[in-house]
Amino acid sequence: MNREIAILGVGLHPWGKWGKNFVEYGLKAARDALADAGVDWRSVPFVSGAATMRCGYPGYVAGATFAQALGWQGAEVNTSYAACASGAQALAAARAKILSGACEVALVVGADTTPKGFLAPQPGERPDDPDWVRFRIGLTNPTYFALYARRRMALYGDTPEDFAAVKIKNAAHGAENPNARYRRRFTREEVAASPMVADPLRLLDVCATSDGGAALVVSSLAYARKIGKTNAPRIVAISTVTPTFPNALVEMPDLATDSAAAREAQRFRAALPQKAYEEAGIGPEDVDVAEVYDLSTALELDWIEDLQLCARGAAATLTREGATRIGGRIPVNPSGGLACFGEAVPAQALAQVCELVWQLRGQAGARQVQNAKVGITANQGLFGHGSSVIVKR
Amino acid sequence: MKTRVKEPLLPGWFTLDEQAPHLIGTRCAACGTYYFPKETRYCRNPDCESTRLEEILLSRTGKLWSYTNAAYAPPRPFVAAEPFRPFAIAAVELEKEKMIVLGPVADGVGVEALRVGMAMALTLEPLADGKLTWKWRPA
Repeated sequence: MNREIAILGVGLHPWGKWGKNFVEYGLKAARDALADAGVDWRSVPFVSGAATMRCGYPGYVAGATFAQALGWQGAEVNTSYAACASGAQALAAARAKILSGACEVALVVGADTTPKGFLAPQPGERPDDPDWVRFRIGLTNPTYFALYARRRMALYGDTPEDFAAVKIKNAAHGAENPNARYRRRFTREEVAASPMVADPLRLLDVCATSDGGAALVVSSLAYARKIGKTNAPRIVAISTVTPTFPNALVEMPDLATDSAAAREAQRFRAALPQKAYEEAGIGPEDVDVAEVYDLSTALELDWIEDLQLCARGAAATLTREGATRIGGRIPVNPSGGLACFGEAVPAQALAQVCELVWQLRGQAGARQVQNAKVGITANQGLFGHGSSVIVKR
Repeated sequence: MKTRVKEPLLPGWFTLDEQAPHLIGTRCAACGTYYFPKETRYCRNPDCESTRLEEILLSRTGKLWSYTNAAYAPPRPFVAAEPFRPFAIAAVELEKEKMIVLGPVADGVGVEALRVGMAMALTLEPLADGKLTWKWRPA
């Protein structure tokens, strides 16, 4: 059985700090995706939304919220919440609906409006919630990124300059992206002069939180053929696996790892693309371009290794050699990544897929990866959520 | 010697022996998996269906797995000192339990005094609001 679906259209609302309601961003992205697909809103029978937890009830029922904004027309709706992987889960719900034959075409939308500064937990006195406890004792998100970064320095000899090289590379990519929030190039000196946030990570090593919206119109391959989009990029894998116990790494928002006293420790990040490769029947050697979740510069290096684009510990060398730049052997984050976008949680995993679509169609302009045929995304968030999507043409 | 009785931030999370404190965890009676914070309801090993979890004291020393600091004041519910003083944060690997436990580092010990692999020990110190919490310090 063919498990592929087609991506007919994509759309983004530019990332930024616009201060508007998240529905506006999602609506703009959805209308762009529908126009890009050449699909009339009235003919979309399924809307799958990625939820946001920061925008009240409309955010919890994002699928219905976006459908109402577009104008109720009797479509069925779904809303998925999976922290940073919410967009990928919403996409997986649409794929399941299409592959089961329950519908031919679906709209997937995620959007967010974010507060300024550190992401903080829900209010109240909640010692049973690890997310509350870790903030109570002073562990923010950059704490975790910095622990991983320092670990790379100790294990592989990575340096702060290696991390800065990731920022410089992604900033150069994002400078060419009209949807990116930060479009300025940076020098090594500027990164080194930015304030320390969580040693060894500086302000320019850590991604911001942003407003933004992303949408995709997806369909069965038969529907794509029917409307003359036979060559549309196809989704050939969506992995949203949980970790396998015991998880080796201390993850947000936990205060400790699982104990590996009874079973051997397992790597969660590496498991996400592994499942995607297996589902697609391809390997890392087949990948032409990758969009990875660079919550920090150092984390991009971890992802490059988890995607098996190089040996464990070799990602800093790969970056220094220029292999991950556009024009290099395996460009990583041609969109500019989170370094240039900042994180708009429910939209981010979808925005990664949108970039791959533009790359695979040859529509990425000045940031085009030449002759890209296979792209992969990787992302991870709180509470055992993550995703990896493979797109092919 | 400190004589004032201090209120723990999280009652039942650590012993109040200020000379040699321990974090309080649980251990699955069937498969031997350790938990911190305490898991009291079910073992999370997928091959184990045990619900017998016994309270134990975790090792109070370990090896520094990684470390960082908070150079900016974390948001609430953290209560920052005025003026805010950056503090170090440690991830310490416990050998017997085969787990890594996070915690702030004792006051006055900055990142420059830390090295991955060094021996660390548990200590108790108040946060800025006077509530007692566990912290790590070089052993």
